[in-house]
Amino acid sequence: MTEEKRRAYWRENLRLMGVLMLVWFAVSYGAGILFVEALNSFSLGGYPLGFWFAQQGSIYSFVVLIFVYVWRMNALDRKYDVHEE
Amino acid sequence: MDTQTLTFIAVGLSFALYFGIALWSRAGSTKEFYVAGGDVSPVVNGMATAADWMSAASFISMAGLIAFKGYDASVYLMGWTGGYVMLALMLAPYLRKFGKFTVPEFIGERYYSKAARTVAVICLIVASITYVIGQMKGVGVAFSRFLEVDFTAGVMIGMTVVFFYAVLGGMKGITYTQVAQYCVLIFAYTVPAIFISLQLTDNPLPQLGLGSQMADGSGSLLQKLDKVLVDLGFSQYTAQKGSTLNLFLLTLSLMIGTAGLPHVIMRFFTVPSVKDARSSAGWTLVFIAILYTTAPAVGAMAMFNLVKTVQTDTVGVLQANLEYEQRPEWFKNWETTGLLTFEDKNGDGRIQYYNDKNPSFEAPPSWAGNELKVDRDIMVLANPEIAKLPGWVIALVAAGGLAAALSTAAGLLMAISSAISHDLVKGLIKPNISEKGELLAGRVAMGAAIVAAGVMGINPPGFAAQVVALAFGLAASSLFPAILMGIFSKRVNRQGAIAGMLTGLTATLIYIFWFKGWFFMADTAMAPNNSANWFLGISPEAFGAVGAALNFVVALTVSRLTAAPPPEVQALVEAVRVPRA
Repeated sequence: MTEEKRRAYWRENLRLMGVLMLVWFAVSYGAGILFVEALNSFSLGGYPLGFWFAQQGSIYSFVVLIFVYVWRMNALDRKYDVHEE
Repeated sequence: MDTQTLTFIAVGLSFALYFGIALWSRAGSTKEFYVAGGDVSPVVNGMATAADWMSAASFISMAGLIAFKGYDASVYLMGWTGGYVMLALMLAPYLRKFGKFTVPEFIGERYYSKAARTVAVICLIVASITYVIGQMKGVGVAFSRFLEVDFTAGVMIGMTVVFFYAVLGGMKGITYTQVAQYCVLIFAYTVPAIFISLQLTDNPLPQLGLGSQMADGSGSLLQKLDKVLVDLGFSQYTAQKGSTLNLFLLTLSLMIGTAGLPHVIMRFFTVPSVKDARSSAGWTLVFIAILYTTAPAVGAMAMFNLVKTVQTDTVGVLQANLEYEQRPEWFKNWETTGLLTFEDKNGDGRIQYYNDKNPSFEAPPSWAGNELKVDRDIMVLANPEIAKLPGWVIALVAAGGLAAALSTAAGLLMAISSAISHDLVKGLIKPNISEKGELLAGRVAMGAAIVAAGVMGINPPGFAAQVVALAFGLAASSLFPAILMGIFSKRVNRQGAIAGMLTGLTATLIYIFWFKGWFFMADTAMAPNNSANWFLGISPEAFGAVGAALNFVVALTVSRLTAAPPPEVQALVEAVRVPRA
């Protein structure tokens, strides 16, 4: 693997990570803590929305985030031909 | 059959299963002993890691914590799950690529330094030992409460079981027993929750039940819970009480502490590939999320049932307060344990449960103070009885609590013994030890760690209650930043890493000790442990994130001022970043 390809692979990895961590921050620290009071004026079923994010939604989002990461990284590994076999 | 007999059967059967697995999965090589042979499937490892992670505290105490703190307890839910996103994206795949046996080993090689490895070993051992004492205590409590076996005898039985499969099978034995323990504990946790959700809301899924309308058509569960609590002078269940900064930092500290705990990280050394390490972290969180999304429903519903049992109608109406003589059977059962106590302060023979510390709450004139003290642990333990579920469900909860405590204890003991036999004995003291010798050293270290943990579980040092803050604070402020920078920076060198770890560690320890007493001797605290004295209102439990930030700043600064790591170490960083080549 050339130095250049190595850098490109790492850059794409970091970009993906950055996007996913942004969502991670938004659903927990954002919706669950910083903006919880504002979101509580909306409701989701019988849940105040901010409360739902803090005790349910953030956790579901975390699970989805990891599997999106797995899926995108497997594709990236193939693209740069660094996948294990 | 009575509940007692059923409990003996449930616990006996689960222990027999663990013994069977132990016999089947003996370790023959160091690779099997440390990383279960390195060929565990990602789903199996996910299940084992979930059991490894979910301790007696998750199983027994967390729902109770949520019941009494309401929204503010969300920090534990988010903190103890969000850490897995960091683990999956930032640590696990790279450490798997590194492909060795322990966390201190990575730190030692990446920072080309025995001193760094030694600091990591010390952090690991302190964090793990303090954590394991709590598990042993949980085992003793479960035995004494459900089986009426003496506390000490209970701990010894638990130790014997762990000794058997952990010494024989090492990581291999632990992995497969943890899978069995996960099945026991998740079944035991969700079955009562499903029944209670059905009773209150007609919805079999507790996750949806919590956000549903009441089965009797009286409105939404959470709104009713908010109202009954406010009527009794408590704050709204769904509203925020603590300071935003503290909630934020506590969540962050728990997340990076989770991602940095060595007994969790080392489980990712057991899967075959980098790809598997990534997906295994996802499976881990799936299995954890089943319990962690059920817990808020258990907490809220148990709180609702408790209040409704005692305060059956409008506050102020005399008949609305339960007569003590009319109290239900579960109430009597838990009174005998001392976890539920009633004191008739106004002598009316009825139970008043309310917030007598709230100056703006106008209690009816005949009330003379709160008469009911409830230990938060009974919220999960008494749940099946409160919901009038059959004896076998109660028996299941006992086996589940034991499974949660034993699986976590075994994982921690594995982290301790591998740090001793692999990092201290092979890495530092006797590098040319034979594989057989190292395997023996691992078994001896495991045995010694189990005995030490048992002794401390029976005679817990005064600080046992404070250990969670310490374990998470240590992992967050020392190990997590060192590993993270080791992967994401090629520039951070030996001097920077050691200075950073020591700074983060010292700052966090001093802050915790300042408010909780030096080495947890309460009378040596420098200031009362309350928000008025805390720096910027940050609680000692939440300080790990600040310690981690200090670690990063010091490590990056010192590294800039000193020479870059040697080329072979930079090549190592390049290598861990790519799955193949």
